[in-house]
Amino acid sequence: MAIIDVQELTKSYRVYRKREGLMEGVRGLFHRDYTEVEAVRGINLRVEAGEFVAFLGPNGAGKTTTLKLLSGVINPTGGTATVMGFVPWQRQNEYRRRFALVMGQKNQLWWDLPAQESYRLHQQIYGVPADRFQKTLDELTDLLEVKDLLGQPVRELSLGERMKMELIAALLHSPEVLFLDEPTIGLDVIAQHNIQRFLRFYQEQRKITILLTSHYMKDVAALCKRVVIVAGGLVQYDGSLAGIIDKFSGKKIVTLQFADGDRPADLDRLGTLLDTHWPKVKIGITRADVPRVLAETLRDYAIEDVSVEDPPLEDVIADLFHQVS
Amino acid sequence: MSLASHLPPIGIGQRLRIWSIIVRTGLSERIAYRGDFALGTLMRFLPIITQIFLWGAIFNAVASDAGAERDDSQRIGGFNFPDMVAYFLLTMIARAFSSMPGLASGIASQVRQGEIKKYLIQPIDLIGFLLLSRISHKLAYYVVATLPFAFVFFLCRGFFVAGFPPPHVFVAFLGSLLMGFLIGFFLEASIGMISFWLLEVNSLLLIFMLFSFFLSGHMFPLTLLPESVASVVNLLPLKYLAYFPAAVFLNKIPEDELATEMLIEAAWLTFFIVACRFMYSRGIRRYSGFGG
Repeated sequence: MAIIDVQELTKSYRVYRKREGLMEGVRGLFHRDYTEVEAVRGINLRVEAGEFVAFLGPNGAGKTTTLKLLSGVINPTGGTATVMGFVPWQRQNEYRRRFALVMGQKNQLWWDLPAQESYRLHQQIYGVPADRFQKTLDELTDLLEVKDLLGQPVRELSLGERMKMELIAALLHSPEVLFLDEPTIGLDVIAQHNIQRFLRFYQEQRKITILLTSHYMKDVAALCKRVVIVAGGLVQYDGSLAGIIDKFSGKKIVTLQFADGDRPADLDRLGTLLDTHWPKVKIGITRADVPRVLAETLRDYAIEDVSVEDPPLEDVIADLFHQVS
Repeated sequence: MSLASHLPPIGIGQRLRIWSIIVRTGLSERIAYRGDFALGTLMRFLPIITQIFLWGAIFNAVASDAGAERDDSQRIGGFNFPDMVAYFLLTMIARAFSSMPGLASGIASQVRQGEIKKYLIQPIDLIGFLLLSRISHKLAYYVVATLPFAFVFFLCRGFFVAGFPPPHVFVAFLGSLLMGFLIGFFLEASIGMISFWLLEVNSLLLIFMLFSFFLSGHMFPLTLLPESVASVVNLLPLKYLAYFPAAVFLNKIPEDELATEMLIEAAWLTFFIVACRFMYSRGIRRYSGFGG
């Protein structure tokens, strides 16, 4: 049985439309215009235990809303979902003791107290036996190298350090399912890398199930074999990262290094010219046409070097997001 | 490391440990803000001095109108001058239990900024958590305030002309303080819960505080109100926040009505507990998890 099973999940919000201007504001006191915003329009998803799945999508795609639904923060408008057999929005304590949600932009820790005190509180709230708590805490602080920071008020920590502390807080009760919403947002490259390395190691060791949303393709490439693209409140793609290019990009990027000489005037018959630094030319060519066009090119021109590549993943995804929205 | 094994079930003992650590964490937080906290505590004693002078002047004026010297036989709303001062000292104690600074606005800001999420995700009840934190704040307050309170009461001991109340009245007084604390908590928490619907509850809260200031007996004993107004105000729960405990201590509640009055207070408390719980369970259903 899938550990996360989501079927036709929908969530719409009623949003009050405020018009501009004072008079309109006064009118709004008596008559309000509402619009329904469908944040999630029918998501289907099955995740097996031990998978590390990335949720990709433009802002407002419904990623965070889906995570909120799965962690029981909000109630759905329609559809069903179970996580470990529990319906999240029933908020049973047995469920809440077995998962965790980390939001890159939100604190769970007490701002003016050292993280250590928040952890003690978590230990009791989740009912973690003392010896197990100490062992887990030692392991996590070792891995994240934050042992010295445990006694410092959270407000004095840097963003990267705080994120590590948040992760520890979320993992102290050894959740079986972990939801991560933008865990590396706002972090510098080194801090991002540290968090990625930790998450990869921790997931491999513990075989827990993780659902991650992130805007950083590097996070995704480093961590997840499976990628789910959400846009417009629907799942647009579910498969491997490499598969995205096969499915959504019909093009290859061919780079030609011409032998010196005059630039031919009819280069654009080969495909879409992307970049020209004569004698080097980058051309986008439809996948199926690549062998034919290459053969013709090599026959007709003096070429010193050729490379054929997939377009950058970021570009493919950006195009895809653009199309959907 | 291996796949997480299940956590043991949470029994009564664990529940008590949860309560105790929430109180202790709340205390540590108070200690983190100790400077602000100590100052705030001491400032609370200033108004009582103005009250003593103000009511001294009022009693003098009433006496000179009647062409006499001020003496303790003069009564305003059933209170003579020493009674009046004793009354204000006692409402200060009542308010130390029933006032809930920042509770409703705190809930509202947690709803608006999405921090309430953590209580939905973690295996913990928001209302219970807030109540325990409030208890720890109050405890910290009593630790700081007991000495100054004792000192002020010692200086003002002459105003308590009737002496110490009989034991059963004193027990009722303690009960009314405790229920006053709980009514104050659940009443303000209910106002905070309105933020699930209205988002901005500060003006509402201001109106409530204004009414509470006059109709709880914080400003003057409720017996000073005209008969027709007093009969309505007496039906409201606001009097339990200040007037009622003080009136109990000063024997202003007739003995035969004391038990009934306490029962009515308990009924109001039950009402606000139910109202707060109901609004919370309705509120989180329509909550849309603002802020990321």
